[in-house]
Amino acid sequence: MTDQVSAQNPGAHKAPPLRKTPTGIAGLDALTFGGLPEGRPTLMCGAAGCGKTLFGITFLVKGSEDHGDPGVFMSFEERQDELTTNVASLGFDLDDLIARKKLVVDYVRLERGEIEQAGDYDLEGLFVRLGHAIDTIGAKRVVLDTVEALFAGLEDSATLRSELRRLFAFLKAKGVTAIVTAERGEGQLTRYGIEEYVSDCVILLDNRVIDQVTTRRLRVIKYRGSSHGTNEYPFLIDEQGVTVLPITSAGLAHEVSSEVISAGVAGLDAMLGRHGYYRGSSVLVSGSAGTGKSTLAASFVDAACARGERSLYFAFEESAAQVIRNMGSVGIDLQRHRDAGLLVFEAARPSLYGFEMHLARMHRDIETYNPSVIVVDPISAFRGPAVEVNATLLRLADICKSRGITALFTSLSSTGDAMTDGERDVSSLMDIWIALTDLEANGERNRVLSLLKARGMSHSKQLREYRLTDHGIEMVPVYVGPDGVLTGTARVAQEAREREAEQSRQDRITARRRVLERRRVAVERQIAELQAELESEEAEVTRMGEQDEVDATNRHADRSLMSTLRGDL
Amino acid sequence: MTSLPHYQLRLFITGSTPRSTRAIENLRKICEENLDGRYELEVIDVYERPETTRDLQIVATPTLVKVLPEPLRRIIGDLSDELKVLAGLDLAPRPPERG
Repeated sequence: MTDQVSAQNPGAHKAPPLRKTPTGIAGLDALTFGGLPEGRPTLMCGAAGCGKTLFGITFLVKGSEDHGDPGVFMSFEERQDELTTNVASLGFDLDDLIARKKLVVDYVRLERGEIEQAGDYDLEGLFVRLGHAIDTIGAKRVVLDTVEALFAGLEDSATLRSELRRLFAFLKAKGVTAIVTAERGEGQLTRYGIEEYVSDCVILLDNRVIDQVTTRRLRVIKYRGSSHGTNEYPFLIDEQGVTVLPITSAGLAHEVSSEVISAGVAGLDAMLGRHGYYRGSSVLVSGSAGTGKSTLAASFVDAACARGERSLYFAFEESAAQVIRNMGSVGIDLQRHRDAGLLVFEAARPSLYGFEMHLARMHRDIETYNPSVIVVDPISAFRGPAVEVNATLLRLADICKSRGITALFTSLSSTGDAMTDGERDVSSLMDIWIALTDLEANGERNRVLSLLKARGMSHSKQLREYRLTDHGIEMVPVYVGPDGVLTGTARVAQEAREREAEQSRQDRITARRRVLERRRVAVERQIAELQAELESEEAEVTRMGEQDEVDATNRHADRSLMSTLRGDL
Repeated sequence: MTSLPHYQLRLFITGSTPRSTRAIENLRKICEENLDGRYELEVIDVYERPETTRDLQIVATPTLVKVLPEPLRRIIGDLSDELKVLAGLDLAPRPPERG
């Protein structure tokens, strides 16, 4: 049989592609392009408390739930009841899985005080025990947590080492996909150097505390026969289990939309050449305290929800209730969208986790809720090295872009005019940048909005004053005077002046109109007089004509009479 | 002097490997010399009865488990170190730790 692949690519038939077993851990499967090497052991090392056991349990539980793979959990540290209790908070019901013969939990107790070594030994007992557990339920997945406990429980590490080597060979021979956990060691990956026995896949977990904030990270150190993400990826453990944040989604290959959605403020839409934001664009709203960044964000969300789109609001400075109350005061009713299930708030203090962790959470929330618009209010709440914050935001922006989500980020800027480094860096990630400024003049502050950039559309370059009214944000036309933009009372004064000028112009026109009217009346009167004059003259002429005829008749009559009298014949 | 305790012992082995055979021989000798008539020994081949490994927490083989008298104790290895075996069975003082 000739298959097409080998015809196109000679040599491809040499090795079948590495089969992979999905871990069921969101993100980890993405960055390993499918999961762990099937039928081989994977070493997962990390310091105490970085989540090795939970990774293992999740691998087994998801394997059973999603793929029907039975699993064996051999625990060297926690008893079965402790384990069951510990993972119940993740929603895992181990007892149920055990009862349904989908899982075997075997607690291997190694008390040094209870064990006396008297001569050579091997670990055949453990192999038999493990093999029996695998065979009874037909397990495809195995977790050994943590196998290094053997070194603490038993003497003669030389024997242990050779036996561990045999253990890994045994696991391979059994054809199970295994996770073997180990403690992180000084100067080497594991305390007892067992990484040298596992050559297929090594994953390192890390729990780092920087500025009193803990971030868990994961790195695939080695994956024989497969490409894999090489960076450190943050992951989080919470009531929804283990989530690894993959970077594989980051890239600039996302589709773009030319659909435009409203910014939620009519005046602002008018300033944008396409009357809104492109769907899937990233919008930055920067401004100093109290300039109405959140209000602008809420207007955007309000408009989206009114269109029936799902929105996700990440609040890092206020609770959901507080945001809703405050927006109520400017006439934006977010509660109704929340009740309708169109708006979800995720509020958390920025200091609660590292920003990587926040990103992981946001990413998961976005995956779960699948919104069409999101708001992050504000991104400036994330404190940390600018490079890291930036990378985090870049990833978030990419996640949104790849899903066609329109994202609005607010950022608190310092009151000065100068752009901070952070703002400059962040702004390059944004498609639209709206600056809200407090203009101080004539002893008062007025709010002014300007569009610093809007990729892919023409936009108004004007500074526009806006007001926070009880029915949302209202844009006000701005007066540009000789000294710049006039706002507030200066604008009102200018408006008054213009009104006066207009009034006097109107007055002048009215006066002219009256003069004209008078002249018209005068002229018409003259015309009437002349007409009358003409008519009387005409009448005179007619009368004269008639008199003439009478006279002629009379003259003729007189002449006949006279000739008669003279006796003319 | 109170009556000497009765010993209940279980030896877990792996088939008929030399190490298993050695362990059985060593144990029989120790028992006959030290526990004359007051012990009960069950030799269990884990290949034949794998389920027993979990019940008695077997990891290494061979493993001798002293079920009675209490406390329960495990002695691993081919039992060639007689002093250690006797110490594990509480029949001799524990030898000083090496090193």
